[in-house]
Amino acid sequence: MYYKPRDHDFAVSLVQVYDLSASQFSPDGRVFQVEYAIKAVENSSTAIAIRGKDGVVFAVENLILSKLYEKGTNKRIHNLDSHIGMAMAGLLSDGRSLVDVARTEASNYRMDYGSSIPLKTMADRMSMYMHAYTLYSAVRPYGCSIVIGSYEDGNPQMYMVDPSGVAMGYYGIAIGKARQAAKTEIEKLKMTEMTCRELVKEAAKMLVEILTLAFLFVIHVVHDEVKDKAFELELSWVGEMTGGKHERVPDDLRAEAEKYAKEALAESDESEDEDM
Amino acid sequence: MATSNQTFGDFSLWQNGPQPGNIYNFPGQSTSSGNDTRQRTVQPMTTGTSVLGVKFDGGVMLAADMLGSYGSTARFRGISRVMKVNASTVLTASGDYADFQYLKSIMEQKVIEENCLDDGFKYTPQSIFSWMTRVLYQRRSHQDPLWNTYIVGGLNDSKPFLGYIDKLGTAYEANAIASGFGQYIALPILRELVEQKPLLTQQEAREAIVKCMRILFYRDARSFNKFEIVTVTKDGVVIEPPQSAETNWNVAHFVKGFN
Amino acid sequence: MFRNQYDNDVTVWSPQGRIHQIEYAMEAVKQGAATVGVKSSTHAILVALKRSTSELSAHQKKIIQIDDHVGISIAGLTADARSLSRYMRNECLNNVYAYGTPLPVSRLVTTVGNKLQVCTQRYGRRPFGIGLLVAGYDEMGPHIYQTCPSANYFDCKAMAIGARSQSARTFLEKHLNSFKSITNVDELVAHALRSLRDTLPNEIDLNTKNCSVAIVGKDQPFTVYEDEDVAKFLALIEADERKPVRVREQAAASPMDDSRDDAEAPPAVEGEESMET
Repeated sequence: MYYKPRDHDFAVSLVQVYDLSASQFSPDGRVFQVEYAIKAVENSSTAIAIRGKDGVVFAVENLILSKLYEKGTNKRIHNLDSHIGMAMAGLLSDGRSLVDVARTEASNYRMDYGSSIPLKTMADRMSMYMHAYTLYSAVRPYGCSIVIGSYEDGNPQMYMVDPSGVAMGYYGIAIGKARQAAKTEIEKLKMTEMTCRELVKEAAKMLVEILTLAFLFVIHVVHDEVKDKAFELELSWVGEMTGGKHERVPDDLRAEAEKYAKEALAESDESEDEDM
Repeated sequence: MATSNQTFGDFSLWQNGPQPGNIYNFPGQSTSSGNDTRQRTVQPMTTGTSVLGVKFDGGVMLAADMLGSYGSTARFRGISRVMKVNASTVLTASGDYADFQYLKSIMEQKVIEENCLDDGFKYTPQSIFSWMTRVLYQRRSHQDPLWNTYIVGGLNDSKPFLGYIDKLGTAYEANAIASGFGQYIALPILRELVEQKPLLTQQEAREAIVKCMRILFYRDARSFNKFEIVTVTKDGVVIEPPQSAETNWNVAHFVKGFN
Repeated sequence: MFRNQYDNDVTVWSPQGRIHQIEYAMEAVKQGAATVGVKSSTHAILVALKRSTSELSAHQKKIIQIDDHVGISIAGLTADARSLSRYMRNECLNNVYAYGTPLPVSRLVTTVGNKLQVCTQRYGRRPFGIGLLVAGYDEMGPHIYQTCPSANYFDCKAMAIGARSQSARTFLEKHLNSFKSITNVDELVAHALRSLRDTLPNEIDLNTKNCSVAIVGKDQPFTVYEDEDVAKFLALIEADERKPVRVREQAAASPMDDSRDDAEAPPAVEGEESMET
């Protein structure tokens, strides 16, 4: 697609642009539209997922955009089937439409083969679907990345699919704004030796830490206020303890994890104060 | 809901060429065989016989034997005709067993999808009954019925629910219901019972059900003395292991003239 | 106005990872007259401000009943809302036909969200230029949902959308904690009307012509009150004094005025609201 010169816009018209369509390469072989879509994911609030020895844990921070919203509006963790969980970062509405597609895939698979869809197959199908939206100018790439996880025959599994349609398996992954900081933290864990029970706490701690730091940095608000009000944690898991079903983390463990996270945060504050 | 695959059209491996079976037709000629008639199911194949159901104080109880008949052959002797839909609903079927299996797989998928939503709403016996009625009536209106009689039981808003739907889409609710041969043999007995005492206890319901299953075994040549009893109470759905009724054939030798 | 080369199509991402067409559609909601939704623990109510295009025309209807247990009020392009409401009515009827029970409000809103999403991703369609407040009552209690052209939706305690609705939201936030315990529906309506009145310039007041009310709740099917039927509700707030309207907001009265961005949230935050998560 050529950029049509306009009188009032002459300066721009001299430059040929290659970033207005998903069906177009730039001279150095990039598809800018896909890269821009990935930007939308990078601007989103953070989601992390960790694969332990007995299952997969999902943790998502939900920014509370307004006091007028109910608790738990805009969930970013979904069930794709009874045995598959999904966490997402990026445009919520895009994510929800992918959830719809994934559930249809899970349903079709069961109708055809009489058993639950394996996670690998689900990752393949979702990546094919998302990839299709990077090929045509009539559509735009999906503005969200998804992490899917399950526990099949004693094996925890996890995949991440990004807007370009690439699907890869992971031991631990973070997507969204604070992914770098979270990845660094995840890399410190020996997750293959850890249980989900332990990982839930670690995941909660990471998000609380990262978020509080980010908030303190960006907006100058009172410390305690940030800790209590600015975001909600969504926690879910699938593994041995849930009998292979994807479920929200039970309230008691959730409370325990949040307490653990806040204590860890308080400790690190104190040590920082001492350093000063 | 299905937004997938419709976006860019379905892929097919073979396009714009001759279709198998049509290869000898000359261009410009009609490729159809000229006969558009199709035959739908006109008789059931493997079948299950009666199902009984009765309400009691605090729940419902249903029973179905485990025989799959192939015509008059007692072909399969351990097949279950009850399905737990969710914690408050069960579905039982007489008639064509393959049709029941088909509907069961659809129902299972519906329940999985509803659980995925995780929004606190669950199917009730009433809503399953309504949905089944629509499906069966729709199928018969397309001259392609599911060859079954279904009995839906459960707890609706903590009140017992019992409903009947047949392959024509006929549907009704009652305190005591039977399908198949049981409509002639067992239902009068159950009805008399619930008319005398509208609110049976669970024990009375069980005694009545077992009694009727025994009588059906005596009288129904497609029945079998191995059956499942399922109860729905506020504690959930319990499908008991297969059981048999005690029988007494001492008088059997008096029966003459039927061989 | 020509902001940049990335804002012509809904299928084009900007280098910042935004879709300007969706954000512009969000602006359409702010052009519409304000509407407010509030709920207690038993009831959900909607109040809306109606506009007329001229002295000779009637006021445009703002509240649409969807089913016995749910209804919507709208801000934005009315025609878009009408096609959407037809879809919603269909969804509700289908559920009653299949299951014999009213469609849960959360599920209705989810299907609407997925419908809205499709036209945020394909060439040749524009997003729906409409914001909805959905008020409903089901087994989970009363609900107020807000939907956006971006295909986002939010489960709300209370919400106001439309022109100069920020003042109404400020009012709602201030009184948020009292709503839940209100047992008298009239009192709840009075609160909603007060917040709606806060969106009006000084020279205009609520009257039976420009205001509609709708109530739904426990043992009460969705009921819309228009014209003379609204008088009894307006009487509830007649006595109390109006909050003085800030000068800046009056300046933003003209819908095409660019300064209205300042009256509301800054654009960056709007982007966040529309796109994010």
